[in-house]
Amino acid sequence: MSPLQTLFPNIDWPEIAQACLDTLLMLGGSLLFTLVLGLPLGVWLFLTARGQLHAKPKLYGVLSLVVNVLRSVPFIILMILLIPVTQAITGVSIGIRGAIVPLVIGAAPFFARLVETALREVDRGVIEASQAMGATTGQIVTRVLLPESRPGLIAATTVTAVALVGYTAMGGIVGAGGLGALAYQYGYNGYKPDYMLVTVALLVVLVQILQSIGDRLVGRYSRR
Amino acid sequence: MIRFAAASKSYAVDGALVPALHPVDLTIEAGEVFGIIGHSGAGKSTLLRLINLLERPTSGKVFIDGRDVTDAQGADLRRLRAGIGMIFQHFNLLSSRTVADNVAFPLRLHGGKDDATIAARVDELLELVGLAAHARKYPAQLSGGQKQRVGIARALASRPSILLCDEATSALDPQTTASVLELLADINRRLGLTIVLITHEMDVVRRVCDRVAVLDAGHVVEQGAVADVFLHPRHATTRRFVAEADHREGRGADFPGVSGPLFRLSFRGDATYSPLLSSVVRDTGVEYNLLSGRVDRIKDVPYGQLTLAMHGERLDDALAQIRAAGVDIEEVAR
Ligand SMILES: Nc1ncnc2c1ncn2[C@@H]1O[C@H](COP(=O)(O)OP(=O)(O)O)[C@@H](O)[C@H]1O
Ligand SMILES: [Mg+2]
Repeated sequence: MSPLQTLFPNIDWPEIAQACLDTLLMLGGSLLFTLVLGLPLGVWLFLTARGQLHAKPKLYGVLSLVVNVLRSVPFIILMILLIPVTQAITGVSIGIRGAIVPLVIGAAPFFARLVETALREVDRGVIEASQAMGATTGQIVTRVLLPESRPGLIAATTVTAVALVGYTAMGGIVGAGGLGALAYQYGYNGYKPDYMLVTVALLVVLVQILQSIGDRLVGRYSRR
Repeated sequence: MIRFAAASKSYAVDGALVPALHPVDLTIEAGEVFGIIGHSGAGKSTLLRLINLLERPTSGKVFIDGRDVTDAQGADLRRLRAGIGMIFQHFNLLSSRTVADNVAFPLRLHGGKDDATIAARVDELLELVGLAAHARKYPAQLSGGQKQRVGIARALASRPSILLCDEATSALDPQTTASVLELLADINRRLGLTIVLITHEMDVVRRVCDRVAVLDAGHVVEQGAVADVFLHPRHATTRRFVAEADHREGRGADFPGVSGPLFRLSFRGDATYSPLLSSVVRDTGVEYNLLSGRVDRIKDVPYGQLTLAMHGERLDDALAQIRAAGVDIEEVAR
């Protein structure tokens, strides 16, 4: 017997590998769509807030409320509530594809808030200087706000990715697969503690990797 | 030429309109360096920002080169702004871009220029402000004076006819201030552009401005040629600014132990360096005590301002002789 088998007698390693792959697919897919939806939403929140470039306090109030509601529903509940929506969009309500819709709807508002906060950190004077040079709002967003807040946006992406790792683990409970599902299935229900240990360790490693990539990128783009 | 016609500005604060600038009538001629001086909160920035419409007047109008721009919108407004450069107290550079990219920023905004043209223009501008060696640095790697030079290069990139300076030297030390002011004066001479400069220091006005307006609580309380305003301030606020520049705050004309009438003599131009007082003393036999004074330059023109106590039998002859030499005399109340 190999040392791995002596240490973890219950574990089916190919199954673990498959679960890792599933988690990474869910994470990659949901992170991509979260960024694609959350970034414009965050910019929109920023621009419409009181005193900003396109202040529309009422619209901002509505956007803000929607974001807060989505952020305050526990993810596991959101997942169950969204089953019909998921079915309509992807045709399935379980599995990796089925998990991505609730993951994105749960994470995009969270990410949008972080984007809004990062944009608020941009020096007002710089925005004003761009206006004084005759920049359009679109140019200010793409050439001033986003580049100037790049470290903040990268940090926001890291935090969101880490949160999504947690969500994907929860997604496992409603049959999305992945490491979380394994931990739940064998570790909790089937009482095989070595499964729990290995899956949790792998999740910790994943979070560590994400965080250190994020930190390194923030360092690379910080110019202050 | 920039003209304010009864232009005013009020800000909405907690639902109420609070006036920051009362109706102002002011004309700034093409090619001059015009100073606006006032204490913090006097409305200087507000007045300056009416020119490029970062603020819209609440009432009244703003004309640039005879054209009413008060309601300019959209592409028209952006074109107008491209023709007006602006520099700021805190420089407001893009921290994520290099010096060269900061200067290129306005050139890329308006399109129609290829990379080679832009690169050549950036080189030319960095040369002008003496930063050619720093093109690849980021703003965080520069000193305050260097950052302001980048700001100036960026403001000049689109070849504006007007340059607005909002407390451009207030964050700089005295030496750096002097070199930035020299650069501004040089730019004004060489490129002939109109400079509107706001400051809370009379010394800045004295060194570079042709004319000045004094702003106090949203009112223009005094305006005119710098030499006139500086040597003969009429409004109390102006007097305080001039006194600050002379480092004689609060002392006024209080000279204990000195008897006889006090006079303030203002020399301008060539008269400043002539041996006038010694010839007057020789001719009329009056005596004088020099109590305070300063000999310096207003922009390029030498001036002197001396406060004297004078007495003697032929005092009136002495005063007449001084006046005849083109020197202003004011009797100072004590
Ligand atoms: N955006 C604004 N909203 C409300 N009040 C303002 C705003 N900008 C300036 N003010 C007020 O207007 C007055 C003049 O301000 P400002 O023009 O910045 O003065 P200065 O540049 O001379 O210090 C101040 O009392 C200031 O508080
Ligand atoms: Mg100001």
